[in-house]
Amino acid sequence: MNIFKNKLTLTGMIIILVLVGTAIFAPMLVPHNPNEQCLNQALKGPCLEYPCGTDEFGRCIFSRIIFGARISLEIGIAVTAVSAAVGIALGLAAGFYGGAVDEIIMRIVDIFLAFPGLILALVVAGLLGPGILNVMVALALVGWMGYARVVRGTVLAEKEREFIETARSLGANDLYIMFRHLLPNVIAPVIIMASVGIGYAILASAGLSFLGLGAQPPTAVWGSMLSDGKSYLQTAPHLTIFPGLAILITVLAFNFLGDGLRDLLDPRLKRQSVE
Amino acid sequence: MALLSIRNLTTVFNCQEGMVKACNNVSLDINQGQTLGLIGETGCGKSVLGLSILKLLPVNAVSSGQIIYNNQDLLALSVKEMCQVRGSEIGFLPQSPATALNPVLRIGEQLTEGLQLHQGMVKEKARVIAMDMLKSLGLKDCDKRAADYPHQLSGGMKQRVVAAMSITGQPSLLIADEPTKGLDAVNRAQVIDLLRQLTIKTKASLLLITHDLKVAVALCDEIAVMYSGEIVEKGSADQVLNNPLHPYTQGLVASLPERGLFPIPGYSPSLLDDIPGCRFYSRCPIRNENCKHQPVINREVNGVHVRCLYVDQSGGTQQRIYGRGFQSEAV
Repeated sequence: MNIFKNKLTLTGMIIILVLVGTAIFAPMLVPHNPNEQCLNQALKGPCLEYPCGTDEFGRCIFSRIIFGARISLEIGIAVTAVSAAVGIALGLAAGFYGGAVDEIIMRIVDIFLAFPGLILALVVAGLLGPGILNVMVALALVGWMGYARVVRGTVLAEKEREFIETARSLGANDLYIMFRHLLPNVIAPVIIMASVGIGYAILASAGLSFLGLGAQPPTAVWGSMLSDGKSYLQTAPHLTIFPGLAILITVLAFNFLGDGLRDLLDPRLKRQSVE
Repeated sequence: MALLSIRNLTTVFNCQEGMVKACNNVSLDINQGQTLGLIGETGCGKSVLGLSILKLLPVNAVSSGQIIYNNQDLLALSVKEMCQVRGSEIGFLPQSPATALNPVLRIGEQLTEGLQLHQGMVKEKARVIAMDMLKSLGLKDCDKRAADYPHQLSGGMKQRVVAAMSITGQPSLLIADEPTKGLDAVNRAQVIDLLRQLTIKTKASLLLITHDLKVAVALCDEIAVMYSGEIVEKGSADQVLNNPLHPYTQGLVASLPERGLFPIPGYSPSLLDDIPGCRFYSRCPIRNENCKHQPVINREVNGVHVRCLYVDQSGGTQQRIYGRGFQSEAV
């Protein structure tokens, strides 16, 4: 497998695997109950008992980060998967059929793009009420347009190529051509977008959580930990540093993976010797 | 009974500039096992004719007339029925193998597509058949090559893969659209050989679209000459090329390097123009006032169909006039 040759990709994959493992086995890994308050231990710096210190309620930040990985990954992956799937399907249809179909789909995209993403997500999440699932719905609703646009643009160029005609001459129907021939040709930019998208979804969900629309306290979410800790930035910076690092590492890891996957999926970029 | 008979096919493209008549009242017959060559210069509507048969033209193209294949009119078929005809009944060998393969799918996957689409074959079985096909077309290390992407193959290999793809559905008619375009002499010979093998192996009829007269001579039983959207001459390959009747065909033959490389003066008329008389009028050496206005009908002379008012039975003299005229001009 080529993917293991690239060190950065490998690093990204290892980090993501560790993250996923952490998320799955969170209850076994945490030294403390993430929601248990020990007010006499509040705002302690990192020490042996609390590897990342404690927050203003005396909760173990390390444990909360570990539990936060669950929700963050869930939101990031689910939101990106749904918005990419919707965006790809609509983008393929718009680019492939053109004409009225294209016009209608792209005008809907324009309408959605006319609203600032986070504000629209706020409105939707506000309408649906607080909760993790509603945040996911809201973020997916504002995240699919980019995919649709990129896919449509690429399809417009790719569908004119001769191999599409060849596929038709072999008796392939529209759906087959779209998903079998066009999709692999347009997937590379989508993968790069999606890798960044996971990070963005994690950040955006943190923003919504901060405004009280995401996971409700005391559920541990990296974003809200960051927001909560910012009032103690000068006296206890570890409240923000560690959740921030968690977000940073996660987003970086997905970026590395995205780059590696692009190289793997697009044979035109392969530098493989031809015997 | 002909395998494919085209009757009065007219294909028009609706463009901003007007109606482009790429095929005008074309009638052709291809019999079982026969090779028909369709020759003509660039932009005369050869490829459009080929694509019209398969209904692969863009949406702004409108075809009228009849294309009867095995007693069914292809123009009347639905999209779904047409998908069944393509590949399994009528195969298509695309122009350039370099761009006809999907760059991001492996050769093996693309080869088995036809079989999987038409016969609902499982992947493994389709693969075995596809590999046999490749092997019989003379590609070495088939199993290894099947795992390669198109960019890893040489031009000749791609040509073989594309050829194999076009016959996986065992079509009884194969349309080859300028298969020798842009190839050097060695590769061209290989492609001719490949096409010969294909027709022998599958016993399929072949509609060979080409502007290369030598390829046509090497492969075809019959030849139809197309000019500006019309068939101007149609007959056995031997007769048409050795004793051309239509002034345009004579011009084509005279433009061969070994015949002195004499070009036909002028340009072919725009397909947008509606010309009442002969479309070759502006370039014709034997033209006359009648040609300009009088509609030209097909006439049969010695078993050859010609669309010219003043066909001379002895094409020889005209040809010489043609050649000499330009020689003196060149000097």
